[in-house]
Amino acid sequence: MQQNLEFFYAPDRVVNGEAPTEKPIRAGGMVVAGSIQRSEHDLSVRFELSDNKGSSFPVIYEGLLPNLFVEGQGAIVSGTLGSDGLFYADQVLAKHDENYMPPELADLHIPE
Amino acid sequence: MIPELAHFLCVLAFTCATALAIAGFLGASRFQPAWVSAAKQIAYAQFLFLLCSFVLLDISFLRDDFTVQYIADNSNSLLPWYYKASAMWGDHEGSFLLWTLVMAGWTGAVALRGKSLSYEMHGYVLGVLGLINVAFLLFLLSASNPFLRAFPLETTVGADLNAILQDYGHLVHPPFLYLGYVGFSVAFAYAAAALLTGRIDAAWARWSRPWTNTAWALLTVGIALGSWWAYYELGWGGWWFWDPVENASFMPWLAGTALIHSLAVTEKRGAFKSWTVLLALLTFTLCLVGAFLVRSGVLTSVHAFAIDPERGLFLAVIVTLVACLSLSLYAFRANRLRSRISYGGVSRELLLLANNVLLTLALAVIFLYTLYPLFYEWITGGERVSLGPPYFNRAFVPLMTMLAACLALVPIARWKRTPMELFRPSLYMLGGAFALGLLIPLIYSGALHLGVTLCVSVALWVVSTHVADFYRSRRSLTLSFVGMSVAHIGFAVTVIGVTITSGFSISQDLRLSVGDEVQVGDRTYLFEDLRIVHGPNYVAHQAQFAVGDIRLLPERRQYTTRNAVTTEAGIRPGFTNDLLVSLGEPVGDESWAVRIQEKPLIRWIWLGAFLAAVAGVLAILDVRYRRLRLRENVLASDS
Repeated sequence: MQQNLEFFYAPDRVVNGEAPTEKPIRAGGMVVAGSIQRSEHDLSVRFELSDNKGSSFPVIYEGLLPNLFVEGQGAIVSGTLGSDGLFYADQVLAKHDENYMPPELADLHIPE
Repeated sequence: MIPELAHFLCVLAFTCATALAIAGFLGASRFQPAWVSAAKQIAYAQFLFLLCSFVLLDISFLRDDFTVQYIADNSNSLLPWYYKASAMWGDHEGSFLLWTLVMAGWTGAVALRGKSLSYEMHGYVLGVLGLINVAFLLFLLSASNPFLRAFPLETTVGADLNAILQDYGHLVHPPFLYLGYVGFSVAFAYAAAALLTGRIDAAWARWSRPWTNTAWALLTVGIALGSWWAYYELGWGGWWFWDPVENASFMPWLAGTALIHSLAVTEKRGAFKSWTVLLALLTFTLCLVGAFLVRSGVLTSVHAFAIDPERGLFLAVIVTLVACLSLSLYAFRANRLRSRISYGGVSRELLLLANNVLLTLALAVIFLYTLYPLFYEWITGGERVSLGPPYFNRAFVPLMTMLAACLALVPIARWKRTPMELFRPSLYMLGGAFALGLLIPLIYSGALHLGVTLCVSVALWVVSTHVADFYRSRRSLTLSFVGMSVAHIGFAVTVIGVTITSGFSISQDLRLSVGDEVQVGDRTYLFEDLRIVHGPNYVAHQAQFAVGDIRLLPERRQYTTRNAVTTEAGIRPGFTNDLLVSLGEPVGDESWAVRIQEKPLIRWIWLGAFLAAVAGVLAILDVRYRRLRLRENVLASDS
């Protein structure tokens, strides 16, 4: 089971290189306002996740984003961290209602 | 006034529950039949008080009484009346009131139907149910009170019901689920009473079975409704996510399924007694564990539900108490239960044993996988991990395939021992089923797919042996036999649905603008139109897609009060294939993110579950339970 686990990494650990590359992991943080860039041809999107304490990392994703994926709100991504420092997400999870905070993110005590 | 009256009635119900527990236990242990009779009356009163309390609070919902905090937080004056009514169980407090109401309902039913039980047994059963009611109502009144007024007054329109819950699914899914969950408390109470009196025999099992079957059927429907609701309302075509909330309802279902089978052996053969009792205790405990997992928010979930960590602690205490008390009772008393029977070779007993082993293993796997991240976090001091659906599937699918293989032999096997030559026809059927199973992936994808073949052929084998047996014994059908066969066929139908949907669904995420035409699978989808539609409390972008003559109308709704967004998939349901289009977010240049999917045989997943649930009800209408009731009436008129 050990090798099947997906570990969760906060933005500062991703930035500091504590997260393994090329291995399925999860990471999360707040979607940085103004960081969402969309492709003009397909559904590729790039955005940054931050702990609002100085650490943030870029995410690349292609597909539909969840309904409550909003700038300034929390999101969790699962996928692999590339050696180029980009997080290649194959899934993006946002909270499912406006009052709910995933425990992973609540742990980070992210300031507003 | 109305909320206060509702609150007061709820307090009265709590005193009833306390009186019920005392009267039941003392009546049974001190040999006082009169006290047990009194307990029955108290059980009716408790139900009546809670029903009135529930209805009164719901009336306050309909009247938009936003001076009540819970209503202000979870309803809105713009909601249609039926969503106002169902907003009642849209959050923690109200859903727990529904839970206690259902619990009181079951307790009342047990009081009503127990005439042929010994008063001793009946007293203990009612006493145990009363005790559970005490715990729930204490929790409701002290930590989860929906009746409290808002000071100061915060809103005149209400904060609104969670947008995802503004749906037909919310009207039906929670009530059915609770009816099932809480229904297992009756099996639990019977088991505890059996341990207290030390009497477990065929009559005990025969008494317990209809209640357990009913609870099981209701839970089955509840889970199936939840899956169906998630499929169309979460909007992305998923029907099961191995999410903690789903697993919380699925674990009691697995235990309950094992229980109804184990009860069969106990009734027919007097075997598995202590195991049956343990399962009955376990099933309801798992229902409580589920309630704790779901409501405490200790695990991450994709579904909407009410979370409050502090209340989680209270629930954790209830769960721990129930688990410890019932297990201690079991440990001290189970040695009184002895089953001495023998069976050899392939027999029904052996198959039912296999059923129980496989279901328990599946339960253990799901339990471990669901809680593993939690344990891991505790041990490592905050390290968060998760296990994805592939890990669940890898362990669960082989177990279910083995279970299905055992199922196929059920119609042939006899009690005690089965002559081997009886199995020969079923081997031919297996051959036929396998040939069909090889063909099906070829039809869907033009290629061989061994995994699909294996699952489908086992399921077809189940159907064929059951249908053959049905035909063979067509002149002497009993309802419980019909029930069993239909339930097993239902299971096979679900297996086929799951296999084909998982194996051959098509899904594409696309960037489309009005006028675009795309080919997905064998069909062409034309994005015809995009318009704005207004609902009672939302504004939506509605897209129109044309597939041949079919029009699909997916929506992306913006609910005004909470500013929440929901996706309403455009679905063309079909017996053999669902077409599903979901409208995602706008991605610039008047283009939209769109997901187009085809889901073959997805309806079979729920169809099978409904078949099984109907079968569960059929089985309890069997003549031998009716005889039991007749005898009951005779006894009642004699006294």
